[in-house]
Amino acid sequence: MTSLPTTKPEKKLGLVIDLDICVGCHACAVNCKEWNTGGHSAPLTDIDPYGADPNGVWFNRIHSFEVTNDEGEGRTVNFPKSCLHCEDAPCVTVCPTGASYKREEDGIVLVNADHCIGCKLCSWACPYGAREYDETAGVMKKCTLCVDKIYNPNLPEESRVPACVSTCPAGARSFGDFADPESDVSKLVASRGGFDLMPEQECKPTNKYLPPRPKKLGQAADDIQALTPIADNSAGVIARWIDKFLSA
Amino acid sequence: MHPAKSVIFFTTASGAGYGLLFFLLLGSLFGIIPGDFWFLFLSFGLAYFLITAGLLSSTFHLGHPERAWRALTQWRSSWLSREGVMAILTYIPSGLYAIFKLFLPETGGAAVAVLGVLGAIACIITVYCTAMIYASLKPVHAWANHYVPPGYLLLSAATGAVLVNCLMVLWRAEVFLPSWLAVLLLGASLFWKIRYWKFLDGTKSVSSPESATGLGEFGRVRLLEAPHTEANYLMKEMGFKIARKHAAKLRWITLLAGFALPLLLIVLSMNVTGGFAAFLVILSVASAAIGILAERWLFFAEARHTVGLYYGAEHA
Amino acid sequence: MNDRRPARDPRVDTALLVSDEVKTTTCYMCACRCGIKVHLKNNKIRYIEGNPDHPINGGVLCAKGSAGIMQQNSPAKLRKPLLRTGERGKGEFREIEWEEALSLATEWLQEARGTDPSRLAFFTGRDQSQSFTGWFAKQYGTRNFAAHGGFCSVNMAAAGLYSIGGAFWEFGEPDWEKTKYFMMFGVAEDHDSNPIKIGLGKLKTRGDAKFVSVNPVRTGYSAIADEWLGIRPGTDGLFVLSIIQELLKADKIDWNYLIRYTNAPWLVIRNPGAANDGLFARGDDGKPLMALKDKSIVSSETTDGTPVLVGEYKLPSGETCVPAFQIMAEKYLTDDYSPERAAKETGIDAATIRRIAAELAHAAFEEEITLDIPWTDWAGRKQDKMIGRPVSMHAMRGISAHSNGFHTCRSIHLLQMLLGSVDVPGGFRHKPPFPKPCPPGGGAAGKVTTANTPLNGMPLGFPTSPEDLIIDDAGNPLRIDKAYSWEYPIAAHGLMHTVIRNAWEKEGPEIDVLFMYMANMGWNSSMNVPDTVRYLTDKNEDGSYRIPKIIYSDAYYSETVPYADLILPDTTYLERWDCISLLDRPISTAHGPADSIRQPVVPPDRDVRPFQDVLLDLGARLKLPGFVTEAGDAAYPGGYADYMVNHERMPGLGPLGGWRNADGSGKGRGAPNPNQLKAYIDNGCFWIKPFTEEQSYYKFAGKSYLEEAVRMGWIGKADRVVMHIYSEPLQKFRLAAEGHGDIQPPEEMRDRLKNYFDPLPIWYKPFVEEAVDGDEYPLHAVTQRPMHMYHSWGSQNAWLRQITARNPLFISADLGHDMDIADGDWVWISSTHGKVKAEVKLMEGVNRQTVWTWNAIGKRKGAWGLKEDAPEATKGFLLNQIIPELLPPRADGYRYSNSDPVTGQAAWYDLRVKIEKCAAHECGETAPMMPSQNHLIGGPAPLDISRYGEDLKGSPSGMPSVRQKDWIGNREENAETAGLRPGHGNKVTAFEVEEKE
Ligand SMILES: Nc1nc2c(c(=O)[nH]1)N[C@H]1C(S)=C(S)[C@@H](COP(=O)(O)OP(=O)(O)OC[C@H]3O[C@@H](n4cnc5c(=O)[nH]c(N)nc54)[C@H](O)[C@@H]3O)O[C@H]1N2
Ligand SMILES: Nc1nc2c(c(=O)[nH]1)N[C@H]1C(S)=C(S)[C@@H](COP(=O)(O)OP(=O)(O)OC[C@H]3O[C@@H](n4cnc5c(=O)[nH]c(N)nc54)[C@H](O)[C@@H]3O)O[C@H]1N2
Ligand code: SF4
Ligand code: SF4
Ligand code: SF4
Ligand code: SF4
Ligand code: SF4
Ligand SMILES: [Mo]
Repeated sequence: MTSLPTTKPEKKLGLVIDLDICVGCHACAVNCKEWNTGGHSAPLTDIDPYGADPNGVWFNRIHSFEVTNDEGEGRTVNFPKSCLHCEDAPCVTVCPTGASYKREEDGIVLVNADHCIGCKLCSWACPYGAREYDETAGVMKKCTLCVDKIYNPNLPEESRVPACVSTCPAGARSFGDFADPESDVSKLVASRGGFDLMPEQECKPTNKYLPPRPKKLGQAADDIQALTPIADNSAGVIARWIDKFLSA
Repeated sequence: MHPAKSVIFFTTASGAGYGLLFFLLLGSLFGIIPGDFWFLFLSFGLAYFLITAGLLSSTFHLGHPERAWRALTQWRSSWLSREGVMAILTYIPSGLYAIFKLFLPETGGAAVAVLGVLGAIACIITVYCTAMIYASLKPVHAWANHYVPPGYLLLSAATGAVLVNCLMVLWRAEVFLPSWLAVLLLGASLFWKIRYWKFLDGTKSVSSPESATGLGEFGRVRLLEAPHTEANYLMKEMGFKIARKHAAKLRWITLLAGFALPLLLIVLSMNVTGGFAAFLVILSVASAAIGILAERWLFFAEARHTVGLYYGAEHA
Repeated sequence: MNDRRPARDPRVDTALLVSDEVKTTTCYMCACRCGIKVHLKNNKIRYIEGNPDHPINGGVLCAKGSAGIMQQNSPAKLRKPLLRTGERGKGEFREIEWEEALSLATEWLQEARGTDPSRLAFFTGRDQSQSFTGWFAKQYGTRNFAAHGGFCSVNMAAAGLYSIGGAFWEFGEPDWEKTKYFMMFGVAEDHDSNPIKIGLGKLKTRGDAKFVSVNPVRTGYSAIADEWLGIRPGTDGLFVLSIIQELLKADKIDWNYLIRYTNAPWLVIRNPGAANDGLFARGDDGKPLMALKDKSIVSSETTDGTPVLVGEYKLPSGETCVPAFQIMAEKYLTDDYSPERAAKETGIDAATIRRIAAELAHAAFEEEITLDIPWTDWAGRKQDKMIGRPVSMHAMRGISAHSNGFHTCRSIHLLQMLLGSVDVPGGFRHKPPFPKPCPPGGGAAGKVTTANTPLNGMPLGFPTSPEDLIIDDAGNPLRIDKAYSWEYPIAAHGLMHTVIRNAWEKEGPEIDVLFMYMANMGWNSSMNVPDTVRYLTDKNEDGSYRIPKIIYSDAYYSETVPYADLILPDTTYLERWDCISLLDRPISTAHGPADSIRQPVVPPDRDVRPFQDVLLDLGARLKLPGFVTEAGDAAYPGGYADYMVNHERMPGLGPLGGWRNADGSGKGRGAPNPNQLKAYIDNGCFWIKPFTEEQSYYKFAGKSYLEEAVRMGWIGKADRVVMHIYSEPLQKFRLAAEGHGDIQPPEEMRDRLKNYFDPLPIWYKPFVEEAVDGDEYPLHAVTQRPMHMYHSWGSQNAWLRQITARNPLFISADLGHDMDIADGDWVWISSTHGKVKAEVKLMEGVNRQTVWTWNAIGKRKGAWGLKEDAPEATKGFLLNQIIPELLPPRADGYRYSNSDPVTGQAAWYDLRVKIEKCAAHECGETAPMMPSQNHLIGGPAPLDISRYGEDLKGSPSGMPSVRQKDWIGNREENAETAGLRPGHGNKVTAFEVEEKE
């Protein structure tokens, strides 16, 4: 059904992305591509891979932004983004064929490639740019939350998480069930003030972002004593040491 | 948004087609258009041709046209699906009505009239559904606003009226009402389009780079590096950028060729007769076609998608 | 409730059989050497993931590692041995059989060896088997051997080894679990790629530590730093020394640590003008002396009494001497090192410098750590606690790639020593086999070459005085790269970047054969590319090439391949055996020694051979000692795998430490074990021997560690490692320059040696900056490594190049504003040497006087299997085009290479440039544009569309789905801050992994 699940899903699986520690290494994006090019939506086609205009299907991408405040203080923030598995997913409701759907059991938003007509409307409806048209297959593809990995009994337990999560060298990505307020991801989001992207688009994204934390800048001013010289000049300093070590 | 040729042709053609069909149905119901077989045959034929060609062309840009039928299944939530369903539904009452009028002009009476009315309503609903496909796309500020559905209806009606007027002039029928209708609708469209652009130029999407990244509390957000140095699907499809100068030119073309010129030509045509009038109204159709194509192109090209906010756009 | 199995969505099979087989091996998409699990399906690679048990990466995998599949599918893979048919550089070759290639190479090498083995220059680039290739060079008999260290980061290695007995690079790491204050200097990515990311993630998540990044550019790691200091390039030394001044002035130093573990108390003779001025006062046993509180002068080995760090003492000889510490303090307490002076050069204001100094002091002394770990020091003194100063530092090429890098790096080490933070809890920690004795043992490099005879030592060594130089009687360099000459006395890694020019110039030693391996010298690892390719192609009057014969082993069609006469095509890293050995650059962590192997996981689909096999074969054909049995047969007929198992450097010590002895019981030492490789494979292709707690810190002084190090063969004797704040070897070179001693430098080099062989760290303007008109060339130009690209070899990768297929020149938004340059404008970047064209990108987070770009993205047309119109060739640019390889001429016209005067480290980041907007017609394409190199002969046409994976989806297993696993990215660290369940992420705390036997 192209309509959203009517019952509250038992699980709301999604990701937490910590912007405080993402170093922008693209590992999650490439590992995602690697898993998924042989996965549920295989292949993640690459067009002109060795030519002038290489462009392929990616489910996850890393942007980097500079943020500058009125005082001119700036920071650089690396910003990974994949499908947010929205609760009110417009990409699902616009789909004329029912190919785009949100799973009742865990809230994962998927495309049924056998039914998709490739009208691209869902990619227009997603505010986040999380849908990927595969020109050669003529169908829409997208982040599957690694549905073929996270439940797969043929993989060792450590592997049963989204590829982007287990691969992230900085540990900036977490995965879990947001329906359960006691889950680790829910607690993490609560403790770190996790937020939604573009709440005004009213998609109720499941994935949450953790904000960069305040930089520890003013430490010296607050609780660290400025250093006080033990003497005015070099000779004085050495004389003090001589006193201290030799004349006691 | 990337202005895809097939989609532009689709909205122009089928928009005009539904407008034409609508006025043919009404005109026929109220006896304003000639009841003549060939007139009806050619006019309805043209309307269905435009509608069908438009619909077909819109399936060309599908990845899997052979599965297009599946698009009829999700009418409960999807405006695209509703449009598809309505497009097909519209054929039924309007088509039956046309068949009756063409081949059994004497039969039916009220029952046939009901078909006509249903057909006309279906036309409106279909165009409305088309409009709502766009108007419901929240990420596109240029589309998701109150100007778009009336705009679609107006444009469809105006182009339909221009066509009806043209057909009737060519048929040398009495055109007082159609001509004024066309003039009125063209004027209203012109007015509406200007209002729309005013709205577009004066407002921005509620979303911004700051809300898109959630980093607003730290200051102004500016893209440093995009995920890829070369354009990806999202940028090719939704990151279309049009130069301001170019857009201004096209806006003038739209206003002049799409509305002002046809309006003038039709007013002129009312004051002349015969071949010259015919020439003027044909010109009005041609001019409107060019103008509306420009308008449709702009409708896409000027529309900014929120995804652009992740790729360096300062607003959406 | 929660473990109710999800209702089955019939549209997805979530239990497909992913792979037919999973093989472990070691990644080589970069030099970090993470453990990987390669999933194979239908004989193709389905998926590569990190090995969760592996000590380096604990399950994570970076972007490069994840793109291994596409490396294997590269259109640029060499396919067969190639013999040049056209002119050099044209890329015209004939495919030949291996037998022909090997006999030809043998013939060339035999000829050189029969005359003078040093007529072979064997330079091995990004070699991970240096202990093997170095051994080949030694047995062959040439002193002209080195790998890539000289153009990479020998400044860090040498400064570290001569100061603290270990180095940054990947040879040490911050105590990520305990550090409270972490300073990172000039690192964009590092060799310790994944460990640094893992560590930073932990440190940031813990939330109780401060991370300061000193870097002209605010990207990557600097982006997540708590404080970013956008320093002006080449000035870190002064910044650090001014912090040292602050600490000295405020008496915020770890006296106890300095006394016990460094040479700060050693007495230095103060006798200006004399031959022993500045040398340590030594007792009759040759041991340095120190003074005690009671003013007695005793051997520095004495453990009774309290040594002092200040005062003036008279030796029995009547000479005056003072503790090294005092000499150091006197130097840095002068105004030359004041925060105000530093502020002028560095662009970091004095108040900030003072604040950082205060923060460091606070972290080191107010947040002292004590661990209840009893330990015994080298002298047998028992201590019940381990004191930690939770300040850690890490530095890499932003420091090393300057001509003052050696001293800058030493400044950082000095700061660490003053704070007592080397190899203590919370500080910087050595990874075994480090620390090594300081200065490093092993002595001088081999010097004497004789026809058909091995070299009289290893080709690389660690000089400690002019006697160790590799020069002729006239003082001229004997090595082709001029390493260990008066020009670069402590060139511990050689100077690969000078070889091509020197071989062409023929002013020094001459060579017949240039044999290179795994280094893209025709492009991104040379300075001055236009001239470099000229040197490679220049001819003598008789029409022969000036560099007579070039043999090269690459795996891919790089820019260097066209310049070789004979190409020995290598396999990919997934197709061969390899050995990441404790004799070389092991994968050890601070938690214990480790080594690892690569095993072939897919068979090569072309006629290529592993280079190490080829080298063994050549060695056997040349009948080199050790490569053949007494009967003259190949000693390792099984190729490199055979060598890995059976070679012994010393009895019981071989390339691999794990599972030695026939029964696998040997750890580190033991007889060869025929089943060793199987044991490695069963364990995931690595071996680790975790340290005890006591061995984990204070390794330089802890008896338990030192004894273990002897057992493992890392050091000869269980003597403590004394760290050197004052470097006597440097002083010895300076004394020579002042005219003392038998071995004297040429006149025109005396000043250089006097200036730069200061036994204490100094700061001076980088050479190019000093020489170039700062008004004309007002900007610094540097590069950074993209985290997802490995030098040149990432661009052949269909996935990685989609991330970066061209490189802009990043400049500060302010500068852009002032120069009226906007995003997307094209500019000429000019140095004294030439100009190159680039597209501009403005940014805020960059030092105003610095422009930068991503390293090695620009490519030559035709290379790497890319199409001619690839953005890498048309829009991307290579900064190396305009980096001069020589410094401006000396008074007599002689030109030194653009390198550090102590170590010969290539000074890539000394470049000074100006930028000018391009004319309208010049925009859109880079310049200079070298002509296309022919496409690889016999190579596949690059695909237009790749649908890799479409046939790898896997078949239904019929098994029911299982519950998904929650995962908290920062693991234990998150648990500490948010009350979460710990330890259900990947096994990144891999040091806890017990050896599986
Ligand atoms: N401007 C500027 N220049 C720089 C630097 C900089 O920062 N800025 N950095 C410098 C530094 S630190 C370094 S280390 C150098 C690095 O530069 P290089 O050492 O040249 O590194 P790469 O270009 O990555 O690779 C070298 C060659 O190894 C080949 N290769 C890859 N895998 C294999 C294999 O399995 N077998 C064989 N036989 N060959 C293989 C590749 O095809 C390539 O031709 O660049 C230096 N140049
Ligand atoms: N992904 C990836 N990983 C790699 C490599 C790769 O090519 N790609 N190469 C490997 C190799 S060979 C090496 S040597 C290592 C090198 O690893 P890094 O040391 O991280 O090398 P660079 O990218 O050269 O980074 C140098 C940093 O120093 C900064 N810098 C430049 N000048 C100065 C200065 O004067 N002061 C300070 N404080 N900073 C300065 C630059 O802005 C840059 O951020 O990485 C290794 N790992
Ligand atoms: S992020 Fe986009 S694609 Fe994903 S669920 Fe939300 S709207 Fe749909
Ligand atoms: S492209 Fe496919 S999934 Fe997207 S709306 Fe159209 S039919 Fe649905
Ligand atoms: S959850 Fe899986 S599909 Fe989605 S971005 Fe992560 S790796 Fe890609
Ligand atoms: S892998 Fe982790 S650190 Fe790297 S870009 Fe992705 S989220 Fe950021
Ligand atoms: S850091 Fe990345 S490329 Fe380097 S060895 Fe590890 S996984 Fe491979
Ligand atoms: Mo390097």
